[in-house]
Amino acid sequence: MKHERTRSPARGSREPLSLRLYVAGEAPNSATAIRNLGILFPGGETSGQPVEIEIVDLLKEPLRGLADGVVLSPTLVRLAPPPVRRVVGNLSNHGAVLLALGVVP
Amino acid sequence: MGVKKVPDRLQTFVPGLDALTDGGLPRGRTTLIVGGPGCGKTILALQVLVEGARRAREPGIFVAFEERAREIVKDAGAFGWDLPRLQKDRLFFLDAHLDSSTVHGGAFDLAGLLASLSAKARQLGARRIVFDGIDMLLTQLDDPAAERLELQRLHQWLYESGLSGIITAKTEQVDPAHSPRYGFLQYLADCVVLLQHRLVNTVASRHLQILKYRGGKASCNEFPMVLSARGVEVAGIAADSLDHEVSTERVSSGVPDLDAMLDGGYFRGTSILISGAPGTARSTLAGAFADAACRRRENTLFVSFDEGSAQIVRNLSSVGIRLDRHLKSGRLRMHSAPARARTAEEHLLQIRSLLESHRSRCLVIDPLSALTSIVGEAEARGNLERFIALQRNLNITTVTTSLLEGFDALRESTSAGVSTLMDTWIHLSYVIQGGERNRALTIIKSRGMGHSNQVRELLLARRGLSLTDVYTAGGNVLMGTLRWEREEQERAARLQEGRAFEERQRVTGDSVADLSSRMEALRRERDERERDLKRMKAARTGDVGTGATRIGEIGRMRRGRANPKGTGPARPPRRKP
Repeated sequence: MKHERTRSPARGSREPLSLRLYVAGEAPNSATAIRNLGILFPGGETSGQPVEIEIVDLLKEPLRGLADGVVLSPTLVRLAPPPVRRVVGNLSNHGAVLLALGVVP
Repeated sequence: MGVKKVPDRLQTFVPGLDALTDGGLPRGRTTLIVGGPGCGKTILALQVLVEGARRAREPGIFVAFEERAREIVKDAGAFGWDLPRLQKDRLFFLDAHLDSSTVHGGAFDLAGLLASLSAKARQLGARRIVFDGIDMLLTQLDDPAAERLELQRLHQWLYESGLSGIITAKTEQVDPAHSPRYGFLQYLADCVVLLQHRLVNTVASRHLQILKYRGGKASCNEFPMVLSARGVEVAGIAADSLDHEVSTERVSSGVPDLDAMLDGGYFRGTSILISGAPGTARSTLAGAFADAACRRRENTLFVSFDEGSAQIVRNLSSVGIRLDRHLKSGRLRMHSAPARARTAEEHLLQIRSLLESHRSRCLVIDPLSALTSIVGEAEARGNLERFIALQRNLNITTVTTSLLEGFDALRESTSAGVSTLMDTWIHLSYVIQGGERNRALTIIKSRGMGHSNQVRELLLARRGLSLTDVYTAGGNVLMGTLRWEREEQERAARLQEGRAFEERQRVTGDSVADLSSRMEALRRERDERERDLKRMKAARTGDVGTGATRIGEIGRMRRGRANPKGTGPARPPRRKP
């Protein structure tokens, strides 16, 4: 189990943005996605909102993807705030990703 | 490598498909099923998975890219596959359907999915896996290079996993076999199955074709495919060989006179065609066969495309063929269906399953031409060839009728070549003569038996069917009234002849009697004369004696009446010893 939690220091009372990224080891798209998350949320926050990111490696937890209904890799899931949203792909399309996550840059 | 030239077979348990592929799909390899929308790809793939789980106890995984898995599970209920039960331990459905709310945030791949599936396959002990609707995934990739990369990855994964994979892909192309998008997929796959759904003479029909089978032999022809209540069925190569068991047992045609013409009846397990114009009693002859079969206690199936069962039973009862009691006893099963409701192949498959469930030994299809008319000729021939071969293999005696219209009946029936497939061909026709129509029966052919080459008149009466000899006069066959007249003439002539003979006999008898009486009279006369003669002779002898006596007496008298008694001593006796 590979959990990588990045909790940024709370700035204000805003609910943290809780994300989970399913990757397939060091596969190119997965590596790119992790890199893109670092670019999108530098310092683990966005506009003062804390961002929690959990990374699930499907190569290490293969059955978890099936349990969570995740098929393609990489897949980013916004767990909170509700509703749950999914973004499939290496997250290179920054505009679409931020829009989907409800984050105004 | 290179050792495994012929791959092991993965039994599909899809009726007809295994025979067509020489045992099944390549085991441990990838099979691609391509076809347009709604041609049965998903059902076929699912069936291979489900039957594998049920009958070979091989667990399987179904990855649904196109439809939602739960919908697939629900739809499968229609085929009687108990998926919920199988899902407990042998089947796993993965919903890989990307719903519309999923945001496309860049390039993705199947690495994670395949990792998950590897784990699941190990957990389940899976042997079969289906990727249904790979085209949906490829569309999402939206990049030809990525498509190839992911397909390559999938192929590699399948190869390494040892699972037998089935990938289905939808094609919109008119010629899906040469769709550029799937060229690569087809190249990767070891076996490619093409499904097609098209209209033939306004009736939708399905077809299956094996486009490719790497390292194995498979028939490359196109075969009719049917979606029945049990799933996909392929009209396979039932006629693998023509070496079916040949019977010399005879079964009655139901008409004793016809049996006589056939030298004992039809051969068991053969197919018989009764052709004729409307109203020539084709159905009646077929009904007689069914009745006879039931009376022999053989289960019989009567399939009608023209009329309802009740109508047939009523009509046949008017000529003394009582099918109602056989229906009641269950010996006879009747099945009526409008011909156009289904494809010919669906009809034939249904008949096949009815035969199986009823364990019929005899079959009537009335008329078979209803089937041939709804499909193309070439196709009809293919359908029927397989069907007839099947009946032969099962040793089911099949009587079929064929409607022929117009006058050139013989030519028409050979269209679709149906008659050439038949062992026995009986043709019924009308002979119009002397202002009336009469039914004529001819045996055009009957393989393997000496049969009459005579045209006979078929008579329908309340007590049944019979055949009667016909008269030929001046090269014409006389039937009906003309025959009757001719018969009457002959009868009259015979009668007259008889009377003349009697007369002659009487006259002769009379004269004999006369002569006898005359002879009797003559005999009496002769006897009389004989008696007279005797008397005369006797009288003559008597006269001599009497004379002497008289002389004696005279002498005595002349001696003087001394011894009036006549024997006086005066004269010694004349005769002395």
